[in-house]
Amino acid sequence: MKSDKYYFGKKVAVNVIVYAFLIAVALTCIFPLLWMFSSSLKTQETIFRDMSLIPREFHFENYVLAWKQGGFGRNFFNSIVYTSVVVLGIVIVSSLAAYAFSRFTFPGRNLIFYIFMAAMMIPIPGSFVPLYVLLNKLHLRNTAIGYILCMINVGLSTSIFLLKTFFDKMPKELEDAARIDGCSKLGIWRHVALPLAKPVLAVVVVLNALNVWNEYVLALIIFDSKPLMPLQVALMTFQGEFITRYPLLMAGLTITALPIILVYILMQKYIVKGVTQGALVG
Amino acid sequence: MRIKSTLENYLFVLPAVVIFLIFYLIPFIWVFQLGMYEWDGILPTKTFVGLSNFKEVLTQDNIWWLSMWNAGYITLIALIFQNAMAFMLAMACDREIKMKNFFRLVFFLPPVLSEVVVGLVWQWILDGNYGLLNAWLLKMGLPHLVKNWLSDPQTALTTVAVVHCWKGFGWGFLIFLAGLQTIPRELYEAARVDGANAWASFKNITLPLMIPVAILVAILTVLGTMQAFVLIIAMTGGGPAYHTQVPVLRILASMRGSSRFGYACAQGIVFGVVLIIISFVQYRFSKRSRQY
Amino acid sequence: MAVKFSGCLRGVSALSILSLFCLCGCAPTTLENKNSVVVWHWMTDRQPAFEELSRRYEELTGVKVTFELYAPSDAYSQKIRAAAQSVSLPDIFGILGEKRDFSSFVKAGHILNITPYMSADSGKWKNVFFSEALAVNEFSPDNTYGVTPGIYGVPIDITTIQMVYNKKLLKQIGGNPNRPPATLEEFLALGPKIKASGIQGLVSGWGEVWMVDCMANNYAFNVMGKDKVLATIRGDVPYTDPDWIKVFEIFNQMQDSGVLANGLVTMVNKNAEQLFANEKAVFAFNGSWCVNVYKGMNPGLEFGTMLPPAVSSKYPMVIWGGAGSSFMVNARSPRKEEAVKFLRWLTDREQQVFLAEMTLNLPANKDSLKKISDVLAQFADDIETSTHPNVWGVSEFPAVVEAFDKGIQSIVIGEKTSVQVAEEVQKIKQRELSKKNNK
Repeated sequence: MKSDKYYFGKKVAVNVIVYAFLIAVALTCIFPLLWMFSSSLKTQETIFRDMSLIPREFHFENYVLAWKQGGFGRNFFNSIVYTSVVVLGIVIVSSLAAYAFSRFTFPGRNLIFYIFMAAMMIPIPGSFVPLYVLLNKLHLRNTAIGYILCMINVGLSTSIFLLKTFFDKMPKELEDAARIDGCSKLGIWRHVALPLAKPVLAVVVVLNALNVWNEYVLALIIFDSKPLMPLQVALMTFQGEFITRYPLLMAGLTITALPIILVYILMQKYIVKGVTQGALVG
Repeated sequence: MRIKSTLENYLFVLPAVVIFLIFYLIPFIWVFQLGMYEWDGILPTKTFVGLSNFKEVLTQDNIWWLSMWNAGYITLIALIFQNAMAFMLAMACDREIKMKNFFRLVFFLPPVLSEVVVGLVWQWILDGNYGLLNAWLLKMGLPHLVKNWLSDPQTALTTVAVVHCWKGFGWGFLIFLAGLQTIPRELYEAARVDGANAWASFKNITLPLMIPVAILVAILTVLGTMQAFVLIIAMTGGGPAYHTQVPVLRILASMRGSSRFGYACAQGIVFGVVLIIISFVQYRFSKRSRQY
Repeated sequence: MAVKFSGCLRGVSALSILSLFCLCGCAPTTLENKNSVVVWHWMTDRQPAFEELSRRYEELTGVKVTFELYAPSDAYSQKIRAAAQSVSLPDIFGILGEKRDFSSFVKAGHILNITPYMSADSGKWKNVFFSEALAVNEFSPDNTYGVTPGIYGVPIDITTIQMVYNKKLLKQIGGNPNRPPATLEEFLALGPKIKASGIQGLVSGWGEVWMVDCMANNYAFNVMGKDKVLATIRGDVPYTDPDWIKVFEIFNQMQDSGVLANGLVTMVNKNAEQLFANEKAVFAFNGSWCVNVYKGMNPGLEFGTMLPPAVSSKYPMVIWGGAGSSFMVNARSPRKEEAVKFLRWLTDREQQVFLAEMTLNLPANKDSLKKISDVLAQFADDIETSTHPNVWGVSEFPAVVEAFDKGIQSIVIGEKTSVQVAEEVQKIKQRELSKKNNK
């Protein structure tokens, strides 16, 4: 009886510690989000004077102003197109390559893989200038396709690395079975390997979606005119060299954060669904 | 037949290789060549100086190596604390706990938030005069701990490292979570039937299966942290003096501040080589550990 | 489940490819006609003003001027350099960087020498500008950059960088709100009072080191005069000279007396502006654009301008001032005549008054000052006491400037003494000098 109580007490204590830790970390994560949202409802005058999280007056018109003055409509659409095309491209290209690196043998396999890895490590500081010149020569500068190809390249190495690690970890039995059934290599990749790799594919999607969605330096350099720019560049309208219009900026940032949070929530489903899949395989 | 199969294998990597060759390798070769020139980034003429830029980075540029050390320090903190935190939180969210979905969402907020917001909020928290942290310390009766967290040379680098870890742990969390989810549940059930307690199944099942993922996260952490600079600019501008200088800030300083484009390229390549060596060691380690 | 996943995938891909084509279809083609001039600049906060001016100009002349504004300035700076490399600069553009970078753009043939236009009709255009604003865009006959002497840019507005003080707070700590401290002694004496009252003294963006550099230079001019400062840059006077040590020592004195705000060395200028605007600091060291910033955050703020409190009466205190932003004409553009005509119109009195009213910046055209606000007028008064590194004709090595600025940060945080810093800066100066001589 006594020992039961002891174990029960211990379990409660462990749970209290776990939850205290989770809640403490969660609070620090939510706080900036709340601050951003509350600041987006204030005015330039009150934003740094009245630091309380609940503003005295709610200036919801900031959102309308931000949307109109930032010219969000067009740029928002651009960002959605760039992000979805780039992510789709990266998922297809990198999962094909990672699958080959993980499952097939062919001359130069390791060499090519290591070159991709090395590319992930070396930051090219001046790469904007050569990229600009290159795109100009290919007549791809100031075009959506040029930007999309560059961004696919940016996410490629890391995605291949992530996917290969998980492919290596995955059991091969199902693929062998499919091969015996006469499935082609491409068919196995598409119908066996990809569905099994859903959790990590979801990670790849989130990683690259966030990366493309937040990118603005390359966009600013290779696009000349505003109609082609992504959303992040429009946000810069509120962040002038000298004057930052904080409430509009915060409203714009809140609008910008929402789609990416949505993507994350959608992808979570695949991460969790991976459990049942994994259970089936095991 | 075998040749056809090999060609088929190549087709899988072909798209990646083509994009890579055009959009990475060509600019890279250009940058590598520039490393051997003295060039301001504007003039049409460049002066060939051989390997002297590389020599200068390696032997004369003390501030470069200081910034490397700073980045190494931040990376060490990130490797230990950020990843430990990410792993623990992922473990907690992998279990059947209440509000699991809520926590999963919330822990990924820091990476999603813009650096502008993160910089502003943390500046407000850490401000020496009107900061929240100092106000709390005073309330808790710890006035001796009150500091100018970001401008005191003794705390600046660590403070920057802590904020960086906070901003970045969501990635480790996500990857660990995906890794934990791929461990078949039956293994745990079998272990429980065999009478293993929670610690034993953690040690015998979770840990060995998670080592490749841990190495992956470690490599990504090293790359992400060594190359960090946006938050540092927002919080300290690399100061006070050189206390929070990091390699990317040095590269940018050479490129913009000093207009030494060639030298910046040489710094970038030296930096890349160091990162490759670190990552290669980690990767080898992962290959070895996988054989157990 | 796999079926649903793939269905979703296919839907997304079809949609995105479709919209991609739509995007390409809408891509604007380059405008080759003479009635269209393209301008690139980084001041995004002036977009509405520029757009209105461009509308008026089109009405007047039929020439359409398109302003493409790109922020942040770091990315813009890279864009301009990349465009220069592939010779695809627009008709008019602004450049960022020091005079050395400016000279490279000129030498690479990207920038039109507009001296002939400026000097035409016995200098009719040239004479509308403040000479300080023009000097920044000019290469003098004795310049050390190897550029053909002439004027290569059209100034649009003027910036000065100096001190401002909060009248109410100065009174609160026992100062006279109409007579801010004029000497360093008076300034330092306020330190204890500032500390006692629990507010902050001087705030500034010293985390972005160029503002440290600027203030130190002001004091250097005050302590040793222009000639000696320039002699130091040329390498004839060492930084270990007692006068330079005196300059370094000023920062130590300011720190010790308590007039500097806590955490000043890593402060970002936007943060400093928040503190001053919300009356948490008595003094600020900031550029004339601050009028606009403070007005937005606290319209009721009462503040005045002042020079940094002088340490010596031997030489005058000098502040940095000159063109805030300038436009350059692309020498390779087929529309350069149209571009010059537009700039000429833009710097006319009427347009300059409009720009100054809309953006609260000091106009470059000296005839348009009458209509600006009082505080801004105070800034304008100090233009005569201003100088700028871009008009000196010589540039200090970037490595030396960095060691100098970071050294001052070290002094303020108490890590190094003035003498140590002076020695370190001089060591780097000698290294750079010998490197230059070897070439």
